[in-house]
Amino acid sequence: MTLPQVTPLPIVLVAGNPNSGKSTIFNALSGSRAHVANYPGVTIDRVSAPVTIDGRDLELVDLPGTYSLSARSREEQIAVDSLLGRNLPSPAAMVVVVDAAALGRALFMALEVIATGVPVVIAVNMSDEVARDGIVIDLAKLGAMTGAEVVRTVATKGGGIANLKAAIGRAAARAPSEAPLVERPAAVALDLAALEAAILAEQVLERPGAARAWATWLLLSLDDDGADDLIGVPPALRTLTLDIRRRAAAAGRNVDLEIISSFYQRVDTIVEAVVTRPPEPRRHQTDRIDAVLTHGLYGGAVFAVVMLVVFQALFTWSEPAIALIESGVAGVQALAATALPAGPLTDLIINGIIAGVGNVVVFVPQIGLLFLFIGLLEDSGYLARVAFVIDRLMRSVGLNGRAFVPMLSGFSCAVPAVMATRTIESRTDRLLTMLVLPLMSCSARLPVYVLVTATVFAPGTRFGYLSAGAVLLFAMYMLSVVAALTAAAVLRRTVLKGPGAPLVLELPPYRLPAPRVLLFNVWQRVRAFLIGAGTVILALTIVLWALLSYPRAGDASAGDQLRQSFAGRLGHAIEPAIEPLGFDWRIGVGIIGAFAAREVFVSTLAIVFDIESGGAEDEPLRDALRAATWPDGRRLMTPLAGVSLMVFFVLACQCMSTIAVVRRESGTWTWPLFMLAYMTVLAYAASLAVYQIGSRLGLGLG
Amino acid sequence: MTSKPGSLAALPVGGTAIVSRVRGERAVVRRLLEIGLVPGTKVTLRRVAPMGDPIELKVRNFTLSIRRSEALGIDIE
Ligand SMILES: Nc1nc2c(ncn2[C@@H]2O[C@H](COP(=O)(O)OP(=O)(O)O)[C@@H](O)[C@H]2O)c(=O)[nH]1
Repeated sequence: MTLPQVTPLPIVLVAGNPNSGKSTIFNALSGSRAHVANYPGVTIDRVSAPVTIDGRDLELVDLPGTYSLSARSREEQIAVDSLLGRNLPSPAAMVVVVDAAALGRALFMALEVIATGVPVVIAVNMSDEVARDGIVIDLAKLGAMTGAEVVRTVATKGGGIANLKAAIGRAAARAPSEAPLVERPAAVALDLAALEAAILAEQVLERPGAARAWATWLLLSLDDDGADDLIGVPPALRTLTLDIRRRAAAAGRNVDLEIISSFYQRVDTIVEAVVTRPPEPRRHQTDRIDAVLTHGLYGGAVFAVVMLVVFQALFTWSEPAIALIESGVAGVQALAATALPAGPLTDLIINGIIAGVGNVVVFVPQIGLLFLFIGLLEDSGYLARVAFVIDRLMRSVGLNGRAFVPMLSGFSCAVPAVMATRTIESRTDRLLTMLVLPLMSCSARLPVYVLVTATVFAPGTRFGYLSAGAVLLFAMYMLSVVAALTAAAVLRRTVLKGPGAPLVLELPPYRLPAPRVLLFNVWQRVRAFLIGAGTVILALTIVLWALLSYPRAGDASAGDQLRQSFAGRLGHAIEPAIEPLGFDWRIGVGIIGAFAAREVFVSTLAIVFDIESGGAEDEPLRDALRAATWPDGRRLMTPLAGVSLMVFFVLACQCMSTIAVVRRESGTWTWPLFMLAYMTVLAYAASLAVYQIGSRLGLGLG
Repeated sequence: MTSKPGSLAALPVGGTAIVSRVRGERAVVRRLLEIGLVPGTKVTLRRVAPMGDPIELKVRNFTLSIRRSEALGIDIE
C-alpha cells in the first residue's frame, strides 16, 4: 500500500529545565498558534506550533521540562526519542532554554543535547535577572566552547526573540554534526564505543553521532531488574548494556557517576570561562521574602491565608458562572422543547445531548479558576514554597508536598483537582493523589447532606450545645479527610509501592507572572478537559438518560416512567444488597441517578416521590421522605439511615465526570475503574457498619 | 531522624561543605547527581522547613530543596 506523500514540516524541538521560561519562549515564538496532540502511548500532551522563519515553514515542538535526558519511564523517554528521531522524523534543530542565573546546572542538559550532534540553539533566558545582579555572561565564548548558536533572551518582554528566530533558521539549515564538541566521557569511553558499535550494527540508528548519544543514554537509563519501563530497546542491546554495567560494578566503578561527573566537569570549565560575577553578591529580594514566607509562624499564617483565599474564590467566584451556565442550559432545553415535536428523539436531544453538554460546560468555571490560581502560584514561585512547607505533613501518608493544592481543591470539585495533579512530577505520586482525591468531600455532596440532615432531624435538634445538623456536617468533612489520607497511606503500601521518587524541588526566585502565558495555559487546560473528558461525560449522560427513560411507559407521569425504567428496575434489583445499609429501592434509584453528579440525587428522589421541582431546601420532598416507610410500616428515613446514606455519599465514587477525568489524566481505563471499585467497596462496608452496628445498639431509630 | 556526622543532613543552617559521595537507591542517586550534586560541588544549607524537613540548599547558584532522607545519603567533607 502506498500512502499519499505528505512532506512533514522540519521539526524544531524546544527543551529546557523546569522554570527556565520554556513555555514563555515557546509562546513568544509561536504566537499562541499552538496545537495539542498526544505522544503515542503516553498521557503527555505534545504541544506544537507552525512557525515561518526566513520563508521556511517549521514545526516547533515543546518537550516536557526536565533536568536531563535520562529516563526510567516512557514519559521521560519522550525527550530522547524525539531528539534522536525515534518516534517522529529527526529534528532539524533543537532549542535549549537555559536560566542564565543557573547556568551551572542548565548546561548539563544542554551538553547532553549537543552531544547528539543535532544543531542546537541555546537561549540564555532570564538575562534581565542576571544583568540586574551584575553577572556578565560571555555569549561568544559560550558558543565557541559548545558549538551551539547562543542567543540572549528576555522571554517575558519579547527580548531577543527575533535573534532567536534567526538563530533557529541558521541551525535548521545545518546538517547534524558527527563530531560534536562534547566528546565521550573519558572514563567510560571504551564501554560507550562498544555499545555504539552494537547500536550501529543493529541498525537502530544510522547516524554515528546519534548512536553515541544513545549509548550514553542506555547506560544511564536502563535498569537491571526490569525496573525501568522503557520501550524500543532491542533485547541484544539491553543485554549488552546491562553486562557493561555489571562488569563495571564488579570492578568497583559507578557508571552513572562517571558519565554525569564528566559532563559536569565540562560544565564547570565552561561556566568558569564565560561567567563573571561581581565580587560582592548582594542579598537577593527572594532571600528576604523567603525569610518570611518559609518561616514557621509568619509563613504558616501567609500560607493559611493564601489557601483560604484560593479555596473561597473557587467556591464563590465560580458560583455565579455555574448558575449562569445552568440557567442557559435550561433555557436552551426549554427552547428546544417548544421548537421540536414531542417524541423520543426530542427527549434525547433535550435530556440527553443538551443536558450532557451542560454537564461538561458546567465544570469550565472551576477548572479555569483553579488553573488561573495554580498558574499564578506556580509562575510567581510560591507553589514550590507551599510544597516545601507542607511536604513533611503530606509525606506522613505517602503523598508529597505538591499534592497539597490538588487535595485542597478536592473540597470544591474533584474534576479540576484531578487535572491539577499535573504539577506533581512523579507518575506514581500523581496517580496516588488522583485516586484518593475524590474522597475529599466536594461541593456537590453538600445538597445531599443538607437534604438528609434536614429530613431526619427536626429543626433545632441539638447534641449538647451544637445543632445536630452542624455536628453531622462537620463529621462528614472529617470522615472525608481521614478516609482520603488513610486511603493514600494504604495504597502507597500496596498497589502503588513502586520505587520512591526523591523530592527534588527547585525554589525559583519570586517573579511577576506574565498574564499572556498564564491565560494561554488556562485555555490549554480547559480545552484539554473539553476534548479529553468532555466527550466521555457526554456519552455517559446519554447512557444514563436512556437508563432513566426506557422502556417507555406511554403517557404515565414522570414518577411512573422512572419507576418502571431500567434504572427503576435496577433500583428494585439492588434492593436486597442495599437493604442492610438502610436503603430501599427508591433510594437505590436516587443513587443510580446521582452517578450523573451527586446533587442529582435530590432531583431524582423528587421524581421517584412524585414531587414537582424538588430542591434540597424544598419542604415537600422532606415531608415525603419523612413519611416514607418500608412495606412493613417501619420508617425509612430514620436518623440512622440518614447517617448511613451520608457516609455512603462521602465515600462512594458517585460521579461519572471524575471517572472521565481520571481516565483522561491516567491514560487508561484501569485506574478509574480501580478507583470506582475501591471507593464503592469502601462506601458499602462503611455504611453497612454504621447501619448494622447502630441498629444493634438501638441508636437513631426513632 | 538523627543525622550521621559527615552527611549533608548534619550540616548546620548557614553551613557550607563540599559533596564527597552520594549513596542510596540508584534512581535517587542519579537524580541528585544530574541536578548537580556531583562530588566536588559546594553546597550551602540555607534553611529548614518549619516542620524540620525538607531542607533548602544552595547548589551551583540555584536553590534546591530535598528531604532529609536523601540528604542522609550525601556525604560531605
Ligand atoms: N524576569 C524574567 N522572567 C521570566 C523570563 N522568562 C520567563 N519568565 C518568568 O519565569 C516564570 C517561569 O516561566 P515559564 O515559561 O512558565 O517556565 P517553564 O516552566 O520553563 O515553562 C514565569 O513567571 C515567567 O513569567 C525572563 O526572560 N525574564
